[in-house]
Amino acid sequence: MAATKQTNPTAPGHDCGTCASRVELEQMGIRLDSWDHVVALAGNPNTGKSSVFNSLTGLKQHVGNWPGKTVSRAEGGFRFNGLRYKLVDLPGTYSLLSASKDEEISRDFILFGKPDCIIVVADATALERNLNLALQVMEITGKVVLCVNLLDEAKRKGITVDLRSLSRDLGVPCVGTVARTGEGLGDLMRVVAAVIAGEVATVPIRTQVPAEVERALDELVMMIEGVAPGLPNARWVACRLLDGDLRIRQALLSGELARLTDRQQDAPVAAAPSLVSIQGAQ
Amino acid sequence: MRFQEPPELPSHTPLPTGLAGAAGFPEVTVTQAPAEAILSRADALRRDFQTNFRDQMVESIYSQAMALAARSVRRDGNNRWDLDQRIDRIVTSPVWGLPIMAGMLAVVFWITIVGANVFSELLFDGLFLVESWGVSLFEWLGAPWWLTGFLWNGVYRGLAWVVSVMLPPMAIFFPMFTILEDLGYLPRVAFNLDWIFRRAGAHGKQSLTMAMGFGCNAAGVIATRIIDSPRERMIAILTNNFVPCNGRWPTLIMLATLFVAAEFPPAVASLAAAGTLLLVVLLGVLVTLVVSAVLTRTWLKGAASAFTLELPPYRRPSILRILYTSLMDRTLFVLYRAMWTAAPAGALIWVLANVRVGDESLATMFARMLQPLGRAIGLDGAVMLAYIIAIPANEIVVPTLMMVYAKSSMMMQEGGYEAIRVLLVDQNGWTMLTAVSLMLFSLLHNPCGTTILTIWKETGSLRWTLLGALMPLAIAFGVCFALASVARLLGAAG
Repeated sequence: MAATKQTNPTAPGHDCGTCASRVELEQMGIRLDSWDHVVALAGNPNTGKSSVFNSLTGLKQHVGNWPGKTVSRAEGGFRFNGLRYKLVDLPGTYSLLSASKDEEISRDFILFGKPDCIIVVADATALERNLNLALQVMEITGKVVLCVNLLDEAKRKGITVDLRSLSRDLGVPCVGTVARTGEGLGDLMRVVAAVIAGEVATVPIRTQVPAEVERALDELVMMIEGVAPGLPNARWVACRLLDGDLRIRQALLSGELARLTDRQQDAPVAAAPSLVSIQGAQ
Repeated sequence: MRFQEPPELPSHTPLPTGLAGAAGFPEVTVTQAPAEAILSRADALRRDFQTNFRDQMVESIYSQAMALAARSVRRDGNNRWDLDQRIDRIVTSPVWGLPIMAGMLAVVFWITIVGANVFSELLFDGLFLVESWGVSLFEWLGAPWWLTGFLWNGVYRGLAWVVSVMLPPMAIFFPMFTILEDLGYLPRVAFNLDWIFRRAGAHGKQSLTMAMGFGCNAAGVIATRIIDSPRERMIAILTNNFVPCNGRWPTLIMLATLFVAAEFPPAVASLAAAGTLLLVVLLGVLVTLVVSAVLTRTWLKGAASAFTLELPPYRRPSILRILYTSLMDRTLFVLYRAMWTAAPAGALIWVLANVRVGDESLATMFARMLQPLGRAIGLDGAVMLAYIIAIPANEIVVPTLMMVYAKSSMMMQEGGYEAIRVLLVDQNGWTMLTAVSLMLFSLLHNPCGTTILTIWKETGSLRWTLLGALMPLAIAFGVCFALASVARLLGAAG
């Protein structure tokens, strides 16, 4: 774990005026046995995802493995504006397309774990590459907030990101942060809370595909909606089926996909029952 | 209703969340199409596509990301950035990119060879002095001969060999390699080589996994996870072995120094050795490309997929991190593994050399039995025996070979390459053909036990693992046999 210097804004005597935005944030570390919302952190490697995670949850966290996998999984908790959040750190990946273990884990958690919101951490200095992952996540779920991190490094390199126009283009909120210093994390959480509460509606952009693919997708989406009415990501499922994704094929055959829509309607705070396995505190 | 700007959150009207309710799919289900029908329709559609579906998707996503980033990212004129771009224009230029790369490799090899020579000799002398002390001590204590022999001439000598042959080149090569890595040069290598790999039907990132293979093929096989397409990943896994790993460097360095460099005047000898290594590596790359092309046209049909390669900014390498990664993570890790396999191998060799059947030791007997096979490919039975014993780890090929040749404990009194030269050339009749054949065999033969195990874990398939192990072996035998036959036909060597 990166030994970044941690300042707890709620600690007594902390009177830093500039980070007033963080006052309502309380790092809970592992002192979280129940929660109101589950938030997942996705992102490319080396985007400061761990800094975001540590700044939000503090240095104490559950470290275990994803069930049946040797990929480590970190979880932590925090309280924001009175609500308790569980934060799940997904493995750093560049995409969700391949069958690599890391990508499978991220993909499965986003789809079947049904987190209430996904923060995609992006490197402001390499936004183009990072958007590849964000676009793929947005195909699965609309509950996405893009955290444009490393703004300090971008500034040094003379790179500016127009967050307003990016938000408009993507159809999901984009928040600029410097996770190492905690800058912008208060804004990030406020936006995440608003997305979860439905106060901010997201309309994620759809990837433009060649007409030939579009026709095929439309046809499959119709069929999938017949089996799983109201499935929010039928287009993405169609995509995966066209790609011959075994996991998704199996989920369709077993009815797992159809059940996803049910759970979405009854229980918005589903806590990923199949994925909870914590080996203990550090 | 589009998304609203984050900080002020002006609209607090509760909107339908996400897409689910918002889109409002008609509740009237047309036909309850069963899941199977969807799957077979998807399969049929996929078959009908003009181009590979995966590639189309990846391309769509990447071009969309590029368009989005272009709309919202602005770069100011920035000196650092400009400098990076100017350097990139040179090191990734179509004309200079590849020569610069080869030149850098040659320099790295040259420094490694020159430096390793000095330190190997020192270590050698020191460690074998300890052996003679140990033997004396045991004799003074009145220990039985077989115990002295087993522990000191067997186990200890195996360890001493591995340390003195492997440690110096590794301790020099790895830090230099890590500097290139830390600088950010490796992604440029991938960029330079991309078009070549593409033509062989492989993925441009394969050059990165090959770079990892220089350190350890098992690590290289694991590194293929960065390749998205399963087809191209399999090619990268199956061919990673053709990059000589650090366990094989010492063998190659030794042969290049002893045989090739010896043909040149001393002033340019080390340059000739470095050039030889470069040739060996280039040959490995060539074989990789040929095998990739063949696989692409046979078992792993398909077209190379598109990918965007991010060229990260050049960074000043951090000395501490380089020392840590190269020495702790790489050198010591590899050495530790080698020692674990060398000790039992040393013991095994000692037993083979000292258990007698009739007039000859087991080692001599096995070597004699393997002699025809070895001769056919320009080598001899002892080399074959050494390669069989060294299946768990390539590192111990040379030590094993030395011990099979040396037989008695008398041999290794003086250290360094000179002793090895005397042993190989004067006492066992090695020629240039033997040396070249061994270099080729070392480059091409089957991966070590660890790598085979890794291939099995990564592919989860016994069939691919077998192919990954046997195909290189067949190529090694084929190439060496062809070379030996041609050489003998021309009367170059006996």
